[in-house]
Amino acid sequence: MYPSRFRYEAPRSLGEAIDLLRMGGDYAKVLAGGHSLVPLMKLRFASPELIVDINNVPGLDYHRADPDGTLRIGALCRHADLERSALLAGTQPTMAAAAPLIADPIVRNRGTLVGSLCHADPQGDWASVVLALGGSVVAQGPAGRRTIPVADFVTGPFQNLLEPDEIAIEAVIPAAQGARSGGYLKLERRVGDFATAGVAVALETSGGLVTRAGIALTGVGGSTIDATEAAGSLVGKPLAAAAIADAADLTAAVARPRTDHRGSAEFKRHIVRTFVVRILSCAGAAEERAA
Amino acid sequence: MTTVYEDHDDEPASDYPVRRIKFTINGAKKIAEVETRLLLAHLIRQGLQLTGTHTGCDTTNCGACTVLVDGRAVKSCTMLAVQADGHSITTVEGLATASELHPLQEGFKEEHGLQCGFCTPGMMMAAKALLDENPDPTEEDVRWALSGNLCRCTGYQNIVKSVLWAAEKLRSQSD
Repeated sequence: MYPSRFRYEAPRSLGEAIDLLRMGGDYAKVLAGGHSLVPLMKLRFASPELIVDINNVPGLDYHRADPDGTLRIGALCRHADLERSALLAGTQPTMAAAAPLIADPIVRNRGTLVGSLCHADPQGDWASVVLALGGSVVAQGPAGRRTIPVADFVTGPFQNLLEPDEIAIEAVIPAAQGARSGGYLKLERRVGDFATAGVAVALETSGGLVTRAGIALTGVGGSTIDATEAAGSLVGKPLAAAAIADAADLTAAVARPRTDHRGSAEFKRHIVRTFVVRILSCAGAAEERAA
Repeated sequence: MTTVYEDHDDEPASDYPVRRIKFTINGAKKIAEVETRLLLAHLIRQGLQLTGTHTGCDTTNCGACTVLVDGRAVKSCTMLAVQADGHSITTVEGLATASELHPLQEGFKEEHGLQCGFCTPGMMMAAKALLDENPDPTEEDVRWALSGNLCRCTGYQNIVKSVLWAAEKLRSQSD
């Protein structure tokens, strides 16, 4: 399989890339890791007329924390960089748990977090993780930069808010107000398959109480699901068994799984509930040990 | 050398999307003229006639087309050939010298790490990337590193043993 014909440009600066997109005609696509776009082009689900490859644009392969703890992930930061990151291992439990579960090790060498958010696959793992963490995408276009919360950024399956001449240059995870805990659990039939079900939980705790919570679901609906009610139910409480069970029930209630070759709807809903209990119990136990 | 492209009669020859790239393959410097849509796997197999790199699933799943790009394992069916511009590629043909097999190749022989052999080049290149980074992997490390490569024959047991055999040989050589 090979893609349909396209013009290819590999600019050396962001400004040049945006100019190319602006003048690129009806259908230009930005190429970063290419591990969603190239397969789509080979299947002819996407047939862009112009590819703007940003891999030669310097200074986009970072992930770093600002002095206040805000995490910034550049458009060319690969999944493998995040998987090996001491910064994430030390400060971002939900992201550190998710990074080794993205696709397979070879795909992780090329694919990018920002690209995954832009691709907006309802089965994408990073979308759930970044949603649970309350993250945003920074887009740069001819008129400058704007920051878009990921909850608004994804407008539907494989659709996002970017203008044709905008490039998503960075994902931003806001600083935690308390101590971070949480995790990401994913059931997959084999490495590299889409999630049968995935659960991202991001917590901030202070003085033994949850001060902020985010819970988001992968693979159990036509889009990434934000379990806001379940997350809200945890705030202001310690991570005790009753609160954990309530949050798990509320999360399972908003899952919209469908029966398919990966399992029955009932099974997937059960997995969602179980994963919420596991992540929260683990975070609760760590909290107790620290106290 | 001549390359012939299909003419779809929709644009003059001068506008046809072709790029000239410079890259290194198994240590040899090359310049190639490639259609922008050509995949790296096809540049390697058809352009360079290095048919050790296999295309299996062609959908980024099986890993038979795995090569190293600047030392990192990449599924070459999912990278454009034009993206190799300025980069260094290693294929399975880059493992052995004229007189000697690479320890990974020896390992696959010693531990019966292949049956039909289709997945083997990809397995070896993924294993090479692992051993370059971690010369003393555990069995779990090997299984993890090879989890993006599919084998339909051996059930993986002997492939894992082969990589561990190679790791030990490489360590003993560097002592």
